[in-house]
Amino acid sequence: MSSIPNGLKYTEEHEYLRETDADDEFLVGITDYAQGELGDVVFVELPTPGDTFDRMEVFGTIEAVKAVSDLYSPISGEIVAVNEGLDEDPSLVNSDPYGEGWMVRIRARDVSELDGLLSDTDYASHIEG
Amino acid sequence: MSFVPHSDADRSEMLAKVGVSDVRELYADVPAELILDDLLDIPDAVSEWEAIRGIQELAARNRALVCFAGAGQYDHYVPAAVDHLVRRSEFYTAYTPYQPEVSQGTLQVIYEFQTMVCELTGMDVANASMYDGPSAVAEAAIMARAVTRRNGVLAAASLHPHTRKVTETYLHGQGAELKSAPVGPDGLVDRDALAKALGDDVACLVVQYPNFYGVIEELEPLAEMTREAGALLVVSADPVALSLLRSPGACGADIVAAEGQPFGNPLSFGGPVVGFFAAKEKYVRKMPGRIVGATVDEEGRRGYVLTLQTREQQIRRDKATSNICTNQGLNALAATIHMALLGREGLREMADTSAQNAHYAWRRLAEVDGVEPLYPDAPFVREFAVRTKENSRAILERGFSAGILAGVSLSRFPAMGAPDGLLLAFTEKRTRAEIDRLVDVIAG
Repeated sequence: MSSIPNGLKYTEEHEYLRETDADDEFLVGITDYAQGELGDVVFVELPTPGDTFDRMEVFGTIEAVKAVSDLYSPISGEIVAVNEGLDEDPSLVNSDPYGEGWMVRIRARDVSELDGLLSDTDYASHIEG
Repeated sequence: MSFVPHSDADRSEMLAKVGVSDVRELYADVPAELILDDLLDIPDAVSEWEAIRGIQELAARNRALVCFAGAGQYDHYVPAAVDHLVRRSEFYTAYTPYQPEVSQGTLQVIYEFQTMVCELTGMDVANASMYDGPSAVAEAAIMARAVTRRNGVLAAASLHPHTRKVTETYLHGQGAELKSAPVGPDGLVDRDALAKALGDDVACLVVQYPNFYGVIEELEPLAEMTREAGALLVVSADPVALSLLRSPGACGADIVAAEGQPFGNPLSFGGPVVGFFAAKEKYVRKMPGRIVGATVDEEGRRGYVLTLQTREQQIRRDKATSNICTNQGLNALAATIHMALLGREGLREMADTSAQNAHYAWRRLAEVDGVEPLYPDAPFVREFAVRTKENSRAILERGFSAGILAGVSLSRFPAMGAPDGLLLAFTEKRTRAEIDRLVDVIAG
């Protein structure tokens, strides 16, 4: 059973959005379900702080040994930080997807976009169905 | 002897099984106007002896000339051991090593090839080879654009015109342009002009080492200039000359491409050949082509496997670093055997003898009226250009009668803007007597 923390928002493409201490900034990563499906993560290609993305635009890629997946931005905004720790240790995505395995910190262009994301129960139904 | 195994009885049986009486019925969906009514107009089959005789007659029309032509591919000696090993069926028929458990021999050879390319070029990582030198350079330019996320490509005006053309073709598909970095009267890239050309949108400078005219370019200042401008330095190298010159890696190159034909591969009227491709480790994920890595199995034994395959087409599809999904396996094998046979010392001797021959020819030609070096003060290794008062094509004709291919005519490359003359290349195969004959031919 994969972990789907309450209080986070989710996309159908298996990214999550987590609040931070700043009102308009959020952490983005992939869900526990996604990391389980991918297998051992060997590399994460991340953008550069300052890059901007629209909602559901590809902001990076994640590589397992025999597969590569695109990473979609849950909301529109500007990247303010990326998790450099994943350079050294991409397996953090597997071991701690919601914590140390975070990927980017994004400043939202339009906070109302959050309404379009899935809740934990919606996401649970999505991966079951 | 027929090489088609089916008899008429076999054919009838197959047609009956399928429920058809004539093969033509299987083509019923093809529009009638496209169906061939008659057989193709080709001669009747001949016997094996007749076929061999016909080919021998064609081959007898070849003229073996003593070769002083270079410009990218060189007439070096290929030791008998190379052919002997390459033709072993285990190597000759081996397929792409996608399944490592049954391909350790192939994978190990490629790994050793990659290692040799790194040592020769002074770079961190090499791939399993590209088609040839020019396409390797083109892919290097594309890689530089991906690494820097910039569009423009600069190429020294002294880059081989064929390499330039191939690179332009590859870049055209990407909507990118190749601009020229002019060369000064000394034959080297003009640094003042380069400084002005190195803008924010330049991904790389491509420079040939030694250049098309055999001149040894000074790489270190170019590496510094490009680095400061946030661009990469791509070096197109003569792998034989690398045994004598400071390696591009040591000079600060970011990517090195080379035509590997001089090692283990005869001229063969142009091909097949093999491209070397090497880069700094930090760029490895943007590299094109197949890469073999070393690893250990469950029992801790050394093994080899294709690695970083997520760069490649079969996994990354349209986002792959390149659409190449192969290498020049057999040619790379031949190059590896040749390099292993000669070793570091032997490679150095090969280059040194080639250089000695070139410099002897230079001194002898200095005594000939109507012949001047194109770049009198430029250092060179085994190739140089001379301008000739006499039409270079006439000199070449005279050479044919004397059994000599007296170089490559500069008039073949009008876009390079050089005066008429000859580009002369020397290898360890050339003898003093042959060089003396060359000088006589040129002197007329």
